[in-house]
Amino acid sequence: MAESIYRALRDGALEGELAPALTIKDSVASPFALQVFSHVISQLFSSILAGKSQSRGLVVVSFSRSPSFYLDLLKNKGTDVASSNKQIQILDCYSDPLGWKDQLAGSRNFTALSNEAMVSSNAIVFREVKHMDKLYNSIIELGKGLVGGGKIRFSIAIDSADEMLRHAPVSSVARLLSNLRSHDQISSIFWLLHSDLHEARVTAVLEYLSSIVASLEPSHQLANGQRGDLENFSLIKHNSKKGKFHVRFKKRNGRVRVMSEEVHIEQSGINFASLPSEGAINQGLVPKVQFSLQLSEKERIDKANVVLPFEHQGNGKPIQIYDGRRSLVDSKHERPVSAVENVQTNENCGSGEIIYYRDSDDEMPDSDEDPDDDLDI
Amino acid sequence: MNQRSSNLLDEALGLDQVIEPWPLRGRVVAIEDQVETSGSFVLHHLLKRSLSPNSSNVTIFIAFSQPFSHYDRILRKLGCNLVSQRDNSRFFFFDMLKLQCPDGDEGITPEGGLIALYGKIHKTISALPEISWKNVSIIIDDLSLMEVAANGSSDYVLDFLHYCRTLTSEFDCSLITLNHEDIYSSEDRPTFFIQMEYLADILIKAEPLATGLATDVHGQVPKCYSCFIVG
Repeated sequence: MAESIYRALRDGALEGELAPALTIKDSVASPFALQVFSHVISQLFSSILAGKSQSRGLVVVSFSRSPSFYLDLLKNKGTDVASSNKQIQILDCYSDPLGWKDQLAGSRNFTALSNEAMVSSNAIVFREVKHMDKLYNSIIELGKGLVGGGKIRFSIAIDSADEMLRHAPVSSVARLLSNLRSHDQISSIFWLLHSDLHEARVTAVLEYLSSIVASLEPSHQLANGQRGDLENFSLIKHNSKKGKFHVRFKKRNGRVRVMSEEVHIEQSGINFASLPSEGAINQGLVPKVQFSLQLSEKERIDKANVVLPFEHQGNGKPIQIYDGRRSLVDSKHERPVSAVENVQTNENCGSGEIIYYRDSDDEMPDSDEDPDDDLDI
Repeated sequence: MNQRSSNLLDEALGLDQVIEPWPLRGRVVAIEDQVETSGSFVLHHLLKRSLSPNSSNVTIFIAFSQPFSHYDRILRKLGCNLVSQRDNSRFFFFDMLKLQCPDGDEGITPEGGLIALYGKIHKTISALPEISWKNVSIIIDDLSLMEVAANGSSDYVLDFLHYCRTLTSEFDCSLITLNHEDIYSSEDRPTFFIQMEYLADILIKAEPLATGLATDVHGQVPKCYSCFIVG
């Protein structure tokens, strides 16, 4: 299933259509979005290098990790990053997002270090993250620098949308993402989002902008949301190594496809596996108490044999349950009864009697018209 | 129990082995506590380990909560002399108790406020020999009071913390912060608090025991606290 995501991003956009957009969403209970994001970057970049994807370059807009994090990530996956600066560029919104270093250098209280030049062939520092328009222009410029103008496309990875939302209003961020999706040189775009940092409507806005939403949830929900409780500690341990991965695809034909997998976090990276059956999970969660919560076979049969109260009238005769197909003539003067107890006895069974008292004499008599007459069954 | 609890903590953080180079280098450690269970003992312990005579680690301590004399007294009981460490340039104490960020400026001026504090930290580390950079720990006590000093602007504090985090990438030093969970527990969405959890590589929570507080307190490090570490 993670393959489907990767394929959608790799295949990219059709002429005249919006580029596919992926939101990778998590929460503190299962904070694995970065691992998934890194996995997607390395997969996509490999296919760019191999020439197997529509996109010919990757621009990483990095807010919450330093550019060297991504370069090291790709190096560890075996990519020769040093020679691939024609295929990847990083817009460094991490090192000095608000221009503080520039300001301090200006007031001579500060000596900027020269080691920032180390990654300069693959990274450009961006210092005005509060201005989404300038950010947009820088991203496009960087991408065009990679692939040139014309029809060649590039992909964009944003780490993370939370930082953008912290620096700019949601409308500006939405406009930026929407403009990027509609740009005819963008092949695909994906971003990270921590859902518990924002109001539901903000998360909803970003989800509406995405054609694929991948959300990470904990394997086991903790009782009362308590994270500190020692009883929950074993569950916390479980949740720190794996989680559930739900993906919702919005397809071109309008259909929505939802898939789920289990994700395992390991030293070497992440792995996806299909979800185990529900029973296996539930058995693990049945509380250990001193009485039996399961039914034995005999108990199951006895339970099936019990005649329910509305199925009999205590005189040993079976009765039919009113199912709406008999006429209502006999029941016109009855007091209204609930549907479950609306029992129509057989004509032969005369043990029932209905006595009806009008609430007052002023009350209009029931009309002779059957309210259901106009039904055409 | 003191010894045992310290050793468990040391083991979890990798501090039971050699401490040079500093095992927490390049990492952000967030300590979370509550009124019933103060997490400052973790801070004191990490400070003590950092200033161990077996190493040449340097600590930059940003204090919003207590004056120097308070920490000096506590660390003395733990066998560490902060005055001499300060004189040997192994311990830098930035007293921020009186910091009040200029109103409405939100850090625009580099002269005052958190931008200046960042500049000061950067300058202090740059002035050290390059070989010591990865042995530097920046300790902040505590974040909720920093927010108060910033006139309640958690965004400004988060910007500052982001820049502190860039220091961990730039110098490979470590950043240790303390924050109080119950201050934010009444909020529907304690964004500032959760942001810190995302920022941290290591999260240490100090919680009271499910059975409640025991009254037996031994020295500075209470016996009854339960502490677990999520990395």
